[in-house]
Amino acid sequence: MSEPATVLEPDAAPARGALPRLLTGVRANGAPLPLDLHLRLHGALASSSRAGLIELVAASGLRGRGGAGFPVAQKLEAVANGRGRPVVVANGTEGEPASDKDKALLRCVPHLVLDGVSLAARAVGATEAIVAIAAGSRNERTAVEHALAERNARALDGEARISLAVTPDRFIAGEESALVNLLNGGPAKPVFVPPRPFERGVGGEPTLVQNVETLAHLALIARHGAEWFRELGSDDEPGSALVTLSGGVRRPGVYEVGLGAAFRDIVIGAGGLSEPATALLVGGYFGGWIEARSVLELSLLDAELAPHGIGMGARAIAVLPQGACGVVETARVARYLADESAGQCGPCVNGLAAIATALERIAAGRPDRSAGQILRWAAQVRGRGACKHPDGAARLVESGLRVFAREFELHAHGRRCSGDGRTVLPTEVSR
Amino acid sequence: MSSKLRVNPIACKAHGLCAELFPERISLDDWGYPIIDPEPISGSLEVHAARAVAECPTVALLLARERGRR
Repeated sequence: MSEPATVLEPDAAPARGALPRLLTGVRANGAPLPLDLHLRLHGALASSSRAGLIELVAASGLRGRGGAGFPVAQKLEAVANGRGRPVVVANGTEGEPASDKDKALLRCVPHLVLDGVSLAARAVGATEAIVAIAAGSRNERTAVEHALAERNARALDGEARISLAVTPDRFIAGEESALVNLLNGGPAKPVFVPPRPFERGVGGEPTLVQNVETLAHLALIARHGAEWFRELGSDDEPGSALVTLSGGVRRPGVYEVGLGAAFRDIVIGAGGLSEPATALLVGGYFGGWIEARSVLELSLLDAELAPHGIGMGARAIAVLPQGACGVVETARVARYLADESAGQCGPCVNGLAAIATALERIAAGRPDRSAGQILRWAAQVRGRGACKHPDGAARLVESGLRVFAREFELHAHGRRCSGDGRTVLPTEVSR
Repeated sequence: MSSKLRVNPIACKAHGLCAELFPERISLDDWGYPIIDPEPISGSLEVHAARAVAECPTVALLLARERGRR
């Protein structure tokens, strides 16, 4: 006799540390979850006071999911205490080619993101909120536009007026000060701070810029509490997080995992390796390479990756299969990042271009600069831009030279490496 | 009391005057952009630092006073 199927009551308490959280109810075809279904799955948002919300976020220990990992409560507080009429900006630009998780949220569960926008507006006392999405993310924009219409029809967001802003399809457009500059009518380029956006941002008002995944977590923390959030992750890096897996795994895509999950299990969750892997690029293009055999034993925490000189960033993970070449891939990403420089600061413009060209020549077996020279340039560009673009690029390049030292040596002497000529890492955002 | 030099990398156009006027703490990279020694500046060196700030054609250099520690 077969057992009866378990029926989950809408308000039944989920198992401790159960997953998924953010991706609950995501449909197989990826269509956006309509408002009535969203409310049936998650319940309505309880009304909570401004101070109560910030306290709740502080207790949850939520950190930003856009890459920098800054404590969210601190940012909320700074904007709430600012002088003026605060503005909330939900950053859904996701210009990182190896990352798809913000687009997945906007596309599949737009109401969870918008709940978070609404809550953040309440927490900082904002009546204006802007969801920023890249021009090329058409499905995401349609999903959010439709969701906003559904919410407006039911006056779901109280005082907050939420609008959509379309941003250029550029990597740098998502940088906080570049995004604010764009929303103020300027070009989508970083500015030489200060003032920081939380002091004077959109329209000169205190502005909260928060990644869309961060806001989606906020929507669930408001419903289930700080303790629930902390059932996953470590004390310092609590909760679940979205990861984007690409490259040599059987089922590339966006997955939700508990922070602290082992890389091995994350890869297994994506169907396992499609062929033996040599290295993983973790933390996206501002992250770095780690040998497959060492990284598979690590877990998804900044604290575990720090000794390797890299951070998790927005948690994009690319697997380099043994048939691909780490030298070629490092050169491709270096060129991408050089091309995506905002073009404002000399060290970034010249340094990244020189590094990319030198790497390309080595990859092609016609080296004109030594690895040592490239490392000197990389060290030199760090900290010398208005934003952290050159620092991220330097980190990526340094890790490539370290992890693929043997392959670089082979290429430098015009000998064959293990690569079969294919390329793996995306250098364009999938739309 | 000491001071620290900062460069606005967007405004800087690699004229290179600063490195000529204050070689004690400013060198140039391969493309002529200044690399600034992060060490605080004090005493007689402040005069040279101030001169470099004053002469920068794109007003990209800043000498910030630091009080107390660091």
